[in-house]
Amino acid sequence: MNEAGSAFPGLSLDCRGMKCPRPIIEVGRRISEVGVGAVLELLADDPAAGPDLAAWCRMRGQTLLDSDPPRFLVRRES
Amino acid sequence: MLADAREAWLDAQQAGWGDPVRLHRPGRLAAQAMDQAREVVAAAVGARPDEVIFTASGVHASQAAVLGVALGRRRMGSRIVTTAVDHSAVLAAAASAGTHQAVEVDHEGHVDLEQWAAAVGSSGTAAACIQVANHEVGTLQPYVEAGGICQRLEVPLVLDATSALGRIDLSAAAGWSVLTGWAGAFGGPASVGILVIKKNARWRAPYPTDDYQGGRWPGMPDVPAIYAAAVALDRWLRDGPTVVKRQYDLVDQLRAGIVAQVPDVDVAGDPLRRVPHLLTFSALYVDGETLTLELDKAGFSVASGSACSASSEHPSHVLAAMGTLTHGNVRVGLTWTTAVAEISQFLSELPPIVARIRATVGAS
Repeated sequence: MNEAGSAFPGLSLDCRGMKCPRPIIEVGRRISEVGVGAVLELLADDPAAGPDLAAWCRMRGQTLLDSDPPRFLVRRES
Repeated sequence: MLADAREAWLDAQQAGWGDPVRLHRPGRLAAQAMDQAREVVAAAVGARPDEVIFTASGVHASQAAVLGVALGRRRMGSRIVTTAVDHSAVLAAAASAGTHQAVEVDHEGHVDLEQWAAAVGSSGTAAACIQVANHEVGTLQPYVEAGGICQRLEVPLVLDATSALGRIDLSAAAGWSVLTGWAGAFGGPASVGILVIKKNARWRAPYPTDDYQGGRWPGMPDVPAIYAAAVALDRWLRDGPTVVKRQYDLVDQLRAGIVAQVPDVDVAGDPLRRVPHLLTFSALYVDGETLTLELDKAGFSVASGSACSASSEHPSHVLAAMGTLTHGNVRVGLTWTTAVAEISQFLSELPPIVARIRATVGAS
């Protein structure tokens, strides 16, 4: 399931069925649970999740490693 | 609606204007009013009065523009080139006309002109579309350069002037074949769309027509509404520059105030090269519907491009294409009379509303 070893998620959030901004709120609340340099996986099927996660990463200085709805990978940079 | 336009509309209804193609007195009055309205629009966009047509809405004008050039140029191909942030009416018309190619925009909403020109220059292109200014974020597109490119490549350009008419001087704009607008955007009735088709444009009516408006838009026109639209536009052409200056400065204040006072906010669009009256921003972790309703309670009517804001399940394609946060989105449109006191009040109401919504959802 996790094809890239470096992208092995330290935490997975299943936010399928939730409407935006809920999935982004969850990511914001729980990103601190993974270490700096580690990866958080988000599962979300709201159509706004992709663009909003990308915008969140830009605003918060994090990296969106992969955007393949409904699966998204974020690396914590700070 | 502008007070002058509303008054003109009511007066026109009272006058009992008739069918402009009839020879009786009410018909002749109606025909005269249509002539005046065409002259006002023609002066605003640097066209001839007989090139001006009034439709039933801005969406109708866009559909007629795009589908009409696609039909007129169908032997050249079926590709319609747009930007990724054109109005949904243009995107839908382009998709239904044939092959739709939408060119990407940058973070402020400017189209990549080189990529756009390359797409327009590819063989099989029937027409190209660009906006003077984006309807959601206000960013000006390089429409003058786009006009030059289309002239050089001999591809008809559909210029969407909806957000710009009255506020941006288009009297010398060149290079377009068909221009569209909407009276609702400049303080006229929402039931009047504007379609200007240059004489030499390769445009054919994509629907059955009749004797009205030179066979370019069928059905008896709503003369009082069209007259009111012309009064509104005329007001902009005469007194607009002072209002434009005020609105531009107020939006600057609003933008600076929001950035300074609301944490985690994504303000969209070009801060300088823009229409004077629009500001769009998104507040992180806030849902657009709640924010819109809370601002309404505080006395501010704003629009939202967020998916949760009632009208759509999908977020605004404009914000998504620009990479702007789509949730918690608010679009503020200043009116003719918006004054500094309202901007100050908005800036004092907004931060606690955003903070309260964030606290409710456990976000910070």
